[in-house]
Parts: sequence; structure tokens; C-alpha cells
Amino acid sequence: MKKKAGVNQISNRANCIINIFFLIYAILCIAPLLLSLGVSLTDEKEVVLHGFNFIPRKFSLDAYRFLFQDASHVLRAYGVSIFVTVVGTIFSVMLTALYAYPISRKDFPAAKFFTFFIFFTMLFNGGLVASFYINTQLFHFKNRLYSLLLPLMMNPFNVLIVRTFYKQSVPKSIIESSKIDGASEFRIFIQMVLPLSKPAIATIALFDTLCYWNDWFSSLLYISDVKLYSLQYTMYTALMNIKYLLKFGETSSDALNSLGTVPTQTVRFAMVLIAIGPIILAYPYFQKHFVKGLTIGALKG
Amino acid sequence: MKTLKKHFKYYPLYLMILPGFLLILCMRYLPMGGIIIAFKNINYADGILGSPWCGFDNFEFLFKTKDVLIATRNTLLYNLAFIVLGMIVSISFAIALCEIRNRYAAKVYQSIFFFPYFLSMVVVAYMVFAFLGMENGLLNKNIFSLFNMEKIRFYAEPKHWPGILVFVNLWKNVGYSTVIYLAAILGIAPELYEAAIIDGASKWQQIVYITLPSIKPIIIILAIMAIGRIFYADFGLFYNVPMNSGALFSTTQVIDTYVYRAMTKLGDLGMAAAAALYQSFVGFVLVITANWIIRKIDSENALF
Repeated sequence: MKKKAGVNQISNRANCIINIFFLIYAILCIAPLLLSLGVSLTDEKEVVLHGFNFIPRKFSLDAYRFLFQDASHVLRAYGVSIFVTVVGTIFSVMLTALYAYPISRKDFPAAKFFTFFIFFTMLFNGGLVASFYINTQLFHFKNRLYSLLLPLMMNPFNVLIVRTFYKQSVPKSIIESSKIDGASEFRIFIQMVLPLSKPAIATIALFDTLCYWNDWFSSLLYISDVKLYSLQYTMYTALMNIKYLLKFGETSSDALNSLGTVPTQTVRFAMVLIAIGPIILAYPYFQKHFVKGLTIGALKG
Repeated sequence: MKTLKKHFKYYPLYLMILPGFLLILCMRYLPMGGIIIAFKNINYADGILGSPWCGFDNFEFLFKTKDVLIATRNTLLYNLAFIVLGMIVSISFAIALCEIRNRYAAKVYQSIFFFPYFLSMVVVAYMVFAFLGMENGLLNKNIFSLFNMEKIRFYAEPKHWPGILVFVNLWKNVGYSTVIYLAAILGIAPELYEAAIIDGASKWQQIVYITLPSIKPIIIILAIMAIGRIFYADFGLFYNVPMNSGALFSTTQVIDTYVYRAMTKLGDLGMAAAAALYQSFVGFVLVITANWIIRKIDSENALF
């Protein structure tokens, strides 16, 4: 952060007002999370009687017990989400880095064509209906894992970010001298270009991770088989349709018997906590790199 | 022959680009072919090519319905509100974050403001529901009763939603854009401020005459990029957060959700495709126009 001369500091009063305002806004940012946590730890009957509250009147772990007694369901959704996120991110980053490199090279004769080829997709697309129809009819997207992976792979914007980064931070002379030394294009790419562009690669990897982890729309379009529900889509279904929650309770009647009824309200919020759990754990790391990545982008512009 | 040879020299680069090229071709270009659905009287039995052509009938039918006009109006007004308010709030936040004295506190605030950006719209919808729900919602059940206020049926009364949706959008995205503006402000040369202080400029004058003009390029770019996307809406925000409630369509329906509902609920593929094409086409024109404007203002920063 910038160092300021003493005379240039804002007055005590202004400093105080801004701080108070930011404090309130900061609370506003995390209040929904705290509320969800509070509800998920409350006894279902208390919720029905007194509504949602930050602090549980009567503490209970029933909601989590319910979710994990029928753990196969939650774990499967977790598995789908983790698989899609990991595989999706790896492929996205690889394809993006590979595509961005040739179009960053001034001497590559087809660079212009391939740049426009990806850029055009940012300007125009077939729209939801056309993509849905083609994807289901031509590529058989219904209930396949790849229908969660492919549509989000290679975001054109990410390709352009990486291309710009290559252009700016990989000196042309390095590439040329390696060529003279007899290194192949692939070797130059892997041993010279990639290591130099780690910050950009890390940034788009984070973007991709977040994008895959939070995706529920592809599932909404293409998935109807419960086994392939991702975590976000399971939550979507439970939010829109309380019957779904009851139904997934039926799969293990033990869970129902031991708890009496399905704690429909509290379970929903236990799911919120479970779904953002990994993000909260990785948050400091994520946040730091996101800010760095965004800063790179902003300074460029 | 000579040009072929020139290209052949670069075959490793072609190999690198090939997988991505194929993916873009399949996932982004082939679906464009589906656009013809908008001009067909589609039925599943005959498939996309076998169905009879119907010219612009789908479009005619589409624009006769009031829903499209409402959806278009909503999309435009919401996006305008998001752009204008988002800009004012995040630029003020960025400037204020730079000014507060405790650097450590500034970092902490920034991290916390960024948090909502990481949540999916499904999760956000749950959180909004926790506050606004009719039966158990925090506001209705616990807060309003404290002040002897009547319960508000948020999920049944459309009039509350413009405010709620604008608020949720800001809440989710302000942290993100604040960071972008913050980076731009930190890039301003300190000498400018030092000179201004010597000339006796007040804090306010420094902001108006140094900070804002210095970050003008990034403000313009972000604004124009947003204007280019003004025909598109965040599907998750408008579909999940109001919980797909039919009673709220008059203020929550946007083109994206309209297309999705026309496709899935009405089952009218032709009309839905016409609506989607209308969106893509106008979006395309807007992006081109926006870029043309950037080039007029500042050719360095044009997208293409």
C-alpha cells in the first residue's frame, strides 16, 4: 500500500466514520454465513417455532447427522463436484495455456486467425436454445459427466489474459536464442514460457476452479440422473423442491426413524455450510492470489 | 508452395493449438448452427433439418407477447442500475480503503468484502431466503416483530424485488470491482499527490483532480464492457434468488430466464430460439458499438 505524507492524512473524524462504515459493511458481508451456520446448528422444532436466528436457542447437530447418516448421497455429490472441479481445471488450464501460446507469437503466420477465432465467440453465440439442442442431439450431453466439463472449458477471456501475459513477460530474445540452441518448440514452451508465466496460469486456474465448483447451470440443463448430481445442483434441487429433500431421506429409513422427521429447514443450511466448506478453508490462499491476479489485469488496462 | 512451407515450419505451434481449436469448434461454433431453429417450425420427430421452415413467424409470435417486452425492460434497467451503482460504490470503497490510516484494517476489510464473490448463486439464494422467508425468515419472524411491523410476503410481492436484486448483486460483486479500482489507484504516481499537497489541495480536490482522472481509462473500459453485455443477465441471480417464483415475474424476469422458461416450461423451442437469437444479435450489435466508441475515445484500449 502507498505511503502517505503525514499532512496528507485524512482527519481523525473522517477516518473514524469510514472505519465504522466499513465495519458495518464487513459484518453485512459475513452475516448471511453466520446466519446459515446458526440455523444449521439449531434444533428443527426451534426453527419452526421461532424462525431463523443467528444464535441457536437450542443447539442440535441433527441436520448434519441427517446429512451424514445418509452420507452416500452427500458424498456422491461431493465426489461429482470434486471430480468435475479437478479434472475440469486441469484440462482448462492445459488447453488455455497451449492455445494462448501460439497466438502470442508475432512470427506465427496463423496467429491472427486463431485469435479472432476465439475472440469472436465472446461477441456472438448461438444462444441457449441452439447450444442446448446441438449439445444434446449431436454430442449426447444428457446425463454424461463430460456435459459438466466441456461447456465451461476454455473461457475465451482467460485465453486472452494468458496470451497478453506471454506477450508482455516472455522476452522474444529468450525464444529466439533457445531456437538457435536447437530447442524444439514444445521444449521452449514447457521449459521457458510456462515457468515465466506462473502468475497468469495460477490466476486462471483459480478462476476455473471457482467456476467449476460453483457451477449448477450445466447440471440443470443436462443432468437428470441423481447419481450425477453435483453438490451445487443437489442444493439447487433441495431449495426449489422440499420434496426432494424428503425423498432423499427415504433412501435410508434409518435416518428418518432415528430423527423422527426430516429436519427440512436446518438441513438446507447444513448443506450451505458443507458446500462452501472447502472455499472457506482455502479462502485466505484463494483470496490472496485472486487479488494478485486481478491486480495484474487492472494494471495492464 | 512457398507459403505452405512457411506454415509447415510452424507445425509444432499448430499441434499445440489443435486441441483447443477443436474444443472451441465443437462447443462454440457448431451450436451456432442451431440458430436455424429460430426460423423453423421445429418438431422432435423430424429433427432440426427435417422440420419445415417458417420464416420469421417465431419472431412475430415472440414480439406479440408482453413477456418479452417486460423481460427486455427488466434486463436493461437492472443492468443499468448494476453498472451505475456498482461503479459509484466500488470506486468510493476503493478510494476510502486507500485513505484509512490503519493499513492492516484496510487489508482485512478488503478480504472480507471479497468473500461474497466466491459463493455460488445457489448458496446466495439460500442466504437470501434465510433473511426473507415468510415463515421462518429472520426479518419476518424476528426483526419486524421487534418493531411491531407487519410481515412482508417477499416471495409473493414483485415490488420488493428490484431493490433486493440490486442489493444482492452489489453485495456479491462490489468486493471484486473494488480490488480492480484499488489496483488502479495504487498505480498512480505518488509525486502527483505530493505536488498537489504543496499547492495546498484538499483531500477532496486531490480525489477530484488526481485520483478520478487517473483511473478514468479503467472506468471507461469496465463501463463499456458492461454496456456490451447489457442484454445479458446473471441467470443464477434472477432465477435462483427469487426462487423461480411465478408471482414475481413482472420484476424478476430477464431475457435469459425468459429463454430458459420458454424452452423448458412452454416447450416452444422455436420461440425460445428466436428469443435467444434476438438476445445474441442485439448483444453482438451492442458489443461492436461499444468497441467503436472505445476506439473513438481511446484507441489503445479498444478490444479489437
